[in-house]
Parts: sequence; C-alpha cells; structure tokens
Amino acid sequence: MHPILKFVAQRIALGLVLLLAASVLIFAGTQILPGDVAQSILGQSATETALANLRAELGLNEPVVSRYFAWLGGALQGDLGTALTNGQDIADAMSRRLGNTLFLAGWAALISVPLAIILGLIAVRYNGRWPDRLISAVTLATVSVPEFLLGYIVMFYLAVQFRWFPSVSTVYDGMTLGAKLNAIALPVMVLVMVVLGHMMRMTRAAILNVMQSAYVETAELKGLRPFTIIWKHAFPNAIAPVVNVVMLNMAYLVVGVVVVEVVFVYPGMGQYLVDHVAKRDVPVVQACGLVFAAIYIGFNILADVIAIVANPRLRHPR
Amino acid sequence: MSDELRYYLNRTVLGRMPRRAFLGRAMALGMTAAGANLMLSSGLRAQEPVKGGTMKLGMQGGGSTDSLDPGLASNQVTFQICKLIGDTLVELDPKGGPVIPRLAEEVTSDDTATVWTFKIRKGVTFHNGATMTPADVVATVERHSNEESKSGALGVVKGIKEMTVDGDNVVMTLNGPNADFPYLMADYHLVVQPNGGKDDPTSGIGTGAYKVVVNEPGVRHVFEKFDGYWDDSMGHVNTVEITVINDNTARTSALQSGQVHYINRIDPKVAGLLDRAPNVTVTQASGKGHYVFIMHCNTAPFDNNDLRLALKYAINREEMVEKILRGYGSVGNDFPINAAYPLFPEGIEQRTYDPDKAKFHYEKSGHSGPITLRTSDVAFSGALDATALFQQSAAAAGIELEIKREPGDGYWTDVWNVQPFSASYWGGRPVQDQMYSTAYLSTADWNDTRFQNEKFDGLLRQAKGELDEAKRKEMYREMAMLVRDEGGLICPMFNDFVSAHGEDLVGWIDDPNQDNMNGYVTHKCWIA
Repeated sequence: MHPILKFVAQRIALGLVLLLAASVLIFAGTQILPGDVAQSILGQSATETALANLRAELGLNEPVVSRYFAWLGGALQGDLGTALTNGQDIADAMSRRLGNTLFLAGWAALISVPLAIILGLIAVRYNGRWPDRLISAVTLATVSVPEFLLGYIVMFYLAVQFRWFPSVSTVYDGMTLGAKLNAIALPVMVLVMVVLGHMMRMTRAAILNVMQSAYVETAELKGLRPFTIIWKHAFPNAIAPVVNVVMLNMAYLVVGVVVVEVVFVYPGMGQYLVDHVAKRDVPVVQACGLVFAAIYIGFNILADVIAIVANPRLRHPR
Repeated sequence: MSDELRYYLNRTVLGRMPRRAFLGRAMALGMTAAGANLMLSSGLRAQEPVKGGTMKLGMQGGGSTDSLDPGLASNQVTFQICKLIGDTLVELDPKGGPVIPRLAEEVTSDDTATVWTFKIRKGVTFHNGATMTPADVVATVERHSNEESKSGALGVVKGIKEMTVDGDNVVMTLNGPNADFPYLMADYHLVVQPNGGKDDPTSGIGTGAYKVVVNEPGVRHVFEKFDGYWDDSMGHVNTVEITVINDNTARTSALQSGQVHYINRIDPKVAGLLDRAPNVTVTQASGKGHYVFIMHCNTAPFDNNDLRLALKYAINREEMVEKILRGYGSVGNDFPINAAYPLFPEGIEQRTYDPDKAKFHYEKSGHSGPITLRTSDVAFSGALDATALFQQSAAAAGIELEIKREPGDGYWTDVWNVQPFSASYWGGRPVQDQMYSTAYLSTADWNDTRFQNEKFDGLLRQAKGELDEAKRKEMYREMAMLVRDEGGLICPMFNDFVSAHGEDLVGWIDDPNQDNMNGYVTHKCWIA
C-alpha cells in the first residue's frame, strides 16, 4: 500500500476513535447541565402537572446508559431524533442550518484565505518596511477588537448611516444568489477581519523562518526577483504550518461564529445550538455537538494530509 | 418634505404633538401657514387605512425551539403568531373596559356568575375552508384543560367543570362563581382551532386574519392575508413578515436602516436616544408587568412583619423607575396591581423611601446581621443594577443586604420560588382576581411570597362571586392593603411596553394589555 494512503487511513481511523470519545463527552456534558428540560420548555409559568406530563413524554425517566446507546445507535444510522421543544426532525432542521453556516463560512474563507496569504507574502517581501508594518497593524487591530463590536461598527456605518448593505442577514429559500450575497456582506466582512490577522501573521512568520535558509540565499545570489523567491522557493516549504492555521480558522468559521450570527441575525448552526441549549433541548445539543466535533476533527485530518502531500520528504519516505 | 417636517407631521397625526406646535415648526422651517394647514389636513386624512403591502416586524423573544402549537406559546413571537393565525372568543379592551366580542358575539352569565353562555359567531371559516362551530370551541378548551395538557392556559381553564353545546351557544359551568371569567377566555393560548387542534396542534390553522406561509422557528415567519376573514375592520396589509432579532442593537439598527417597520422590547437605556432618531417613533404603553423582590413570609427572618416593612421602606422606588427604567415605567406600591387593571382601587397611599421608618421597623424586628438577596440578570432587565441600588438605599437605613448573584441558567427552577429572598418578575394577568389567585392565594402553586392570610383568601373567594362592581372594587382595596402591609412582596416598579415603529407604519394606538398593541399591531396598523 502506498504510504500516503496508509497514513490517510490511519488518520481517519484515529479520527473516528476521537469522534466516539467526543460523543461520550457530549452525552455526559448534556447530562450535567443544570436545570430541567421540562421546566425550561414550559418556562416560569409551568404547573407541576404539566411538568410531570412533559417529563414522562420525553422519556427523561429512563437510565442514562441505555439512553446513550439508543442515541448513538440512532446517530450512526443518521437518525438524530426529533427536537423535544417543537417536534421538528433534527437532521432536517440542522442540514438547512449547516448549509447556511457553510455558505457563510465558505465565502468568508474564499475571501480571507487568499487575502491573508497574499498579505503575508507582501509583508515578507517588504519585511520591516512600511507595507509590512501597515498590514500588521491593521490586521492586529481587527483581530483584537471583539467581534460583536466589529459587527456593530460596520452595522452602524454601512447599514444605518450609508444604507449600503442590510443589517439583518436572514437568508431563506427562494432568494437569488445575488440577494443572498448582499445579505451576508456585513457578516462576511466581520468574519474576514476576525480571522485575517491570525492567518496573515502565521504565513509571514513561517515564510520568514524559511527565508533564513541557505537555498533562499542561493536563489538570491542567482539574481531571482524577490517575489519569485518567496512564492516559488520559500512558500512551498512553509505550507505545513500555514495549512494548520488556515484549517484552524476554517473550523472556527464553522463552529465558532455564534456571536456574529446573533448580531446579524443569521440563521446558522450557532444560533440554533444556543437556542436549544437555553431550552435544554438535549437531543439537538447532542446532535450539534457531534456535527461540530466531526467538522473539527475532519479539518484537522485534512490539514495533516495536506501537510504530508506538500512535503516531499514525507511523500517519498526512504 | 424635509425629514424633520415629516417627523413632526407624524407626531402630530399620532396626537403626540399639538397642532399649533406643528404649524409653528412648519413655519419656522419656511412653509406658509396655508401650506402647513393643508399638509396637516392631508396628514390626518391619511389616517384612513391603506390596504395592501407588507408589514415587517423585527421581534425579540423567538427561538428555533418555537412551536406553532398555541398551547405552547410562551414568548413574544409565538404570542404574536397566535394573534395572527387565530381568534379567541373575546378580547381585552385597550381602555380597560368590558371584554370585546370576537368569536363569541355575546357573553352572558347566570346570577351567580357560575354558568356562562357564549353565543358563537356564525359564518366564520378556518384557513382550511371548514366552518367554525361551537363544537370546535369546546374541543379547543378541552384540549387546553386536558389532564395531560402542557398548555400555558391550563391554569385558566381548569376552573371549568362542564361544557356543553346548546345550538349556537357554548355553555360553560364553573367549579365556583367567577365574575371575571370572560376576561380569562381572552387568553391568547385559547385561539380556536379545527376540532380544538386535537388532530394536529401545530398545523397553524385557525380563523385568524393571516395564515402561515413560511414557518422557520427562530428565524422568520411569513403570513398572508386570509381572504375569508370574518372581520373586515382589521387586517389591512397583505403580508406580515416577522424576523426574529434577539439582539437589542441589531433590532434597533434594523428599524433605523428601514429593514423593518416595527420592533418590540426596546431597552429603556436606548429608548430615549432612539426616539431622537429621525423617522422613528418610540411608543410606551403602561403594562401590568412588574419587577419585584420577593420574601417568603414563612421563612426566618422574613416571617417577621416588621422586618418585611423595614425592607419595604428601605427601597427607593422613584430612583429605580428613573435609573432602571429611565422613566419608561411607573412606581409600584407593594401590591401587584396598577391602574392598567379593571377595578383598580385608587387612592391607596403611595409608599415611599423612608430610612427612618425602615430603621424603626428594623430595630423593632430585632434582626441583626446581613440579609442575603439573590439576583440574576435573567430576573428582569436591569436586575443586577436594581439590586445594587436596593443595597445602597437599605444601607442608609442601617440594613445590610448581602447580594448573591446566581447564574441565569436554572434561575427559575433553583432560586425563584425556592430561596426566601430573590429578585423576580411578574408579567401580570388580565384581571386582579387572576393575579391574586395565581400568586397570593395561600394554596396557589406559585405563591412565591408564601403569603398565608385567611382574611385575604376569604375576600378573594367572595370577590369572585360578587357581580356588583362597586362592592368588588372595595374588596380589591382591602386585599391590596393586606398584601401591601403584611405580604412578602416588594414591588418597586411596573415596566412599560416600549416599542418603536418607522414613519410608514400608521394607526398605532396604546394598548396596555400586552406587547405589540396586544398583538393587534399587525391587524389595526397599516403601511402608508
């Protein structure tokens, strides 16, 4: 078997074990949430009878271990159950939310990743001079401002003052692609600003590290143009750490954008999860946790694989 | 027309600015008197409802967990949905008068207020084309009062012993007399559904002015005018769109940027600022909701009435209304009723902040040492600040309050109605009887002040069956005095419903019964 295939298979197997471990943690975690599902669903004004009726209906009186295996068995067959609170099919409701999240994250990534890498390359090219300092200062500033504040700032100027973009980013079926893109313009902008700094700094640092190498000096002595050296000789050898950071930020864009979703009223996974945590809708919280864990583990496997493929020494082991 | 002028015109039409003042402003902005007069009269003529268009609401209080089952409605969005898709038998009057007939044309009772007859309106159809019958009404109430019901109206309907259909009438026999019974039937959960919703409670089918087109809980709800709606006097717009916007800043931005026509639940902190923004009108309606601190009358040290009185005198109500509600509310008087209720007993002396009296009662109680007050940001908006203010004003009277901040998660399960002294919130009830029966009757489930008073219980029972309003009002006065002087309730303030709308939403009236003009903003307002 080709060593790369073997490596990928190993990684995936390891990922599945991790996922199983995560499922135990998620299940255990949801069991120790304070409060009571029935009380949370019915609210302050619930009577004892109504609470008891709801608890019985939800099967909250079964033992924990049997509930775990029933849940895991269902999840393996793609049956995530129905939401306790409104009776909607979880897989169905979640796939729409996940689609929205991926749409937003996808566009944010599509803009931020190339931008971060190009800015990183420029920063290395003009290392220590004003373009480098400007890029670093701006990206560090945007990454340091809390994302809800960034959201409010762009909302105030671009939505309320100039009215260029809508402040409410609700997307739904039947919108044209153009309308959708217009709707998500502001959250994408904020997300790009939030993740740009980290990726840019990492690209810059990784390439600068390589720039110390002897072969880069050789290339310089050959008289190659600085950008050619960076792009053709330095960058390919700096890919592994950059990919790691890019993947980390991708994962963040999918699972960690709940604040931006709330500020811009975007119907993604984060808001869906938070609503259901507040209502103690355990099956939904578990399903979301599982999907998030899978996405995180998946991105990490992908980062590892790309790092291997990008590295000739690992690609052709002796 | 300049923005400024349009803003003044809008306020004048709404009755918030005198005509003379408008004419003065208009002339100051360079108009002739005749021109300004003409503009004003056409502005007033524009009060004739305009049919058609889309009304967009940006609302706080919805989540992805919301259901279309009216019985499970418990937040502002699901409340509004109930109002859109269905009708109740009767409705509360914005001016606090007797109930307004809706699906019941007429409500009558026997002499003892025990047997109530609702004459059901004919020719009303459901969204699915079926005709609404008295049997549907009975089935609806049955579903909500069923032993296994999870309905929010369970407490309201469990006083019904028997229901029968008698021709066009539905006759309800109660367990005991209740002169306020019609008010209870205005509960928004009790919208009439085909066969009472027993077949499919979440179908969203009712007799309401609007039918469900899109239902994405926690995101967006779209409704379309129901052509067969029985009441021509309301439901002016063709489409109603609710976008759930739980973030306060996002909600105000959406209104300011013109993406929505109306938003609810404005934070009092920004209401004043928002009112100054062009093209936006902030409205406030004094509601029945109140922010409270509750003491358990049967738990030491609160089992001593002097200590309770000391704490009641040690709170500065005016300061709280000013600093917590920013004036968007009114002071409370340590009983849970305000002038928004029918038969409100006027003329009860307002209790004020009095450190000397507080000190007197505190010393008389013999208590010493800190008193623990539990609070949380979920108790009510601004609860942490209010608790801190309470601590300061009590310290001036020599009473030491120890504040314990509890997590918002589980506050309503583990702290409220469990711990002896905590911050809390009551949303109010349609009538005094219901408010007192829910939380101040000795045997009530939610007697969160553990108030046990035989005289009070007796009066409550007596008032239920008293059809003479003057006598009932006198009983309510006595009950209010008992709660005020002996109860465990410290009620510093009643909060207003604060909402805002853009200049193109017309027809607003103040309605103290609930948020969103008691849910009729979508029915009685229109888009100009």
